[in-house]
Amino acid sequence: MEQIEFDYPAKRKISQRAHVGVVGSGELEVLLEPGEGARSQVFIRTSVHGFQETWKAVLDRFFAKYDGLVRIQINDAGGTPGSVMLRLEQAVEVSEQ
Amino acid sequence: MITSRDRMNFLNRQSFLELDARGRAAALFDQGTSRELVGPFDRVESPWLAIQDVTPQEDDGCVVMKGKIAGKAAVAVALEGAFQGGSMGEVSGEKMTAAIDLACADSEKGLPTSAVILLETGGVRLQEANLGLGAVAEVIASILTLRKHAPVICVTAGTVGCFGGMSLAAAVSSYIVLTREARLGLNGPEVIEQESGIDEWDSGDRALAFAVNGGEQRYGMGLADALVEDDTPQIADAVRHFIAKGVPPIHRSSQVELYRSRIGALDTSRQWDPNELRRAWGMNGSKEDNR
Amino acid sequence: MSEFTGVRGTVWFRAFTGQATPMPGDPKSVLTADAPLGTDHARFLCVVPDPRARFPCARQGQVGLEEAYTLAARVREVMELDKNTTRRPIIAIVDVKSQAYGRREETAGIFLAAAAAADAYGSARLAGHPLIALVVGHAISGGFLTHGYQANRILAFDDDGVMIHAMHKEAAARITRRSVQELEKLGQTIAPLSYDIKDYAKLGLLYKLLHVENPAKPSDQEILKVKNELIVAIADARSKPIDLRSRRESAEALQTRKASNRVRAKMEEQWREA
Repeated sequence: MEQIEFDYPAKRKISQRAHVGVVGSGELEVLLEPGEGARSQVFIRTSVHGFQETWKAVLDRFFAKYDGLVRIQINDAGGTPGSVMLRLEQAVEVSEQ
Repeated sequence: MITSRDRMNFLNRQSFLELDARGRAAALFDQGTSRELVGPFDRVESPWLAIQDVTPQEDDGCVVMKGKIAGKAAVAVALEGAFQGGSMGEVSGEKMTAAIDLACADSEKGLPTSAVILLETGGVRLQEANLGLGAVAEVIASILTLRKHAPVICVTAGTVGCFGGMSLAAAVSSYIVLTREARLGLNGPEVIEQESGIDEWDSGDRALAFAVNGGEQRYGMGLADALVEDDTPQIADAVRHFIAKGVPPIHRSSQVELYRSRIGALDTSRQWDPNELRRAWGMNGSKEDNR
Repeated sequence: MSEFTGVRGTVWFRAFTGQATPMPGDPKSVLTADAPLGTDHARFLCVVPDPRARFPCARQGQVGLEEAYTLAARVREVMELDKNTTRRPIIAIVDVKSQAYGRREETAGIFLAAAAAADAYGSARLAGHPLIALVVGHAISGGFLTHGYQANRILAFDDDGVMIHAMHKEAAARITRRSVQELEKLGQTIAPLSYDIKDYAKLGLLYKLLHVENPAKPSDQEILKVKNELIVAIADARSKPIDLRSRRESAEALQTRKASNRVRAKMEEQWREA
């Protein structure tokens, strides 16, 4: 497995956690929880190696719009950047319900 | 001929097949009564997958929910067909066994607690081989213990179906609920072709797969207790119906003499049209089961 | 020498019972006999190859429709015979190639047949019969689930003719798209994948590993030794709970099945809160 970590600035606390997705082939699951500390953290485990730059691009774009303090865990089995973004957005939606 | 009412019914359908394991389990419970146990945030994942470069899932592809169905205590255990084919690993297997054991403990203390097992599975997870196989044996053992006290209802809706060792778990259950899209059998087409040759079974023949293992055929043979549409309220209704029915006087898998004599009567010199067994053993599926 | 030969079952059945015949009316592929074992009169059961079996896909030692229902019938027979008296031990001698893979089998619902045997064995155990599985050769997949895996205690010989697994090497290699050598290598570090019975013993599911010089040709002394081990296993089964908890509470299981025990502890804790 390849493990990738990122952290991002955050402006506000969130109260609710969220879980979306299934780790099917070409899919991923996202666990989103209230973060601790000052910055949001992202932990990715993926069976598809060598796409660090792509992950960074997607997460940069996501956190440019999202300012909650979160800990995000992603278990990935080959999701496309589009599906990664979709799941992240879904997780946010669920956490704000 | 499709009537306008058929069309309306089809449009009103709430597809069960489109729900993931979590959604399917939740849909069975009385509103507001269910809670997931040992869910993804408990992070009990498989210890065996990451080291084989297979991405684990935090619930290990098994969702356990406890609550009330038609006002009665029940637990639902749903295998996620989209994760590793719903296969049984150490953790997913133990989640199922432990949940069934706890239902049994409550039942023995005077609170009958049914179990609904939603099986979309190819059987044992090969990446965990002997722990998966052992887990299947333990699930079967636990079902045999619980079913004396409270009904165990197996629901297989598709599209994965229920194959491998878990088809034994389905068959020792009190009741089996299938859709037409579901298949229930011990060995899938590919492994039969692999082990016994393409003349025995052409794994590319999709019609054959459903003719032999499909929900309608199994129900028609009397090997399943309900045939339902891919419609969530209908499936939830069927589950409620069997929970209300309670423990059957004799389980199908205990009816040894009946099935032994049926097997003895078969002409093994040829293959059979599955319809022959429908006629010989059961109803044709159009009438409601009176068991 | 891990090829399935299908001879060991008959050898050990005969060693314990003095015969190797099916009961009247039974197919030749299922041997059943009652014989003394310690102070008990035990029922011994074994599935063996029958090249002239009625079902073409069940002629090489596979557990098929007839085998499964016959096992179920013979187990239920002793449940009925003993229902008001001491529950005799039931000994499953296991050397099975696999379940039967065939169209007739699927059409006639082999999944139910296999379940009927597992049901009978498990129900016998729950009724108080000490159920012992002695794996003398192969115990693969659905074959083992049907015949043996519901046992209170599982014993196995420790040589490389003994194999307990979910799928034969060649088939497993094909499905996981690896070579047989790669699979064997994986098994060296990942115990549940190993084809070596000594690694299976680490999983905590096995009661005891027994050494016999040549399992296909045991000496009288060795037969006596194995019989004594069966008697010890029976006594152990009678003195402890009849469920399968020993498979996760054994010393080996506490090491290798940590995740199982963690899951169960969490489930119990959260169940009470729910």
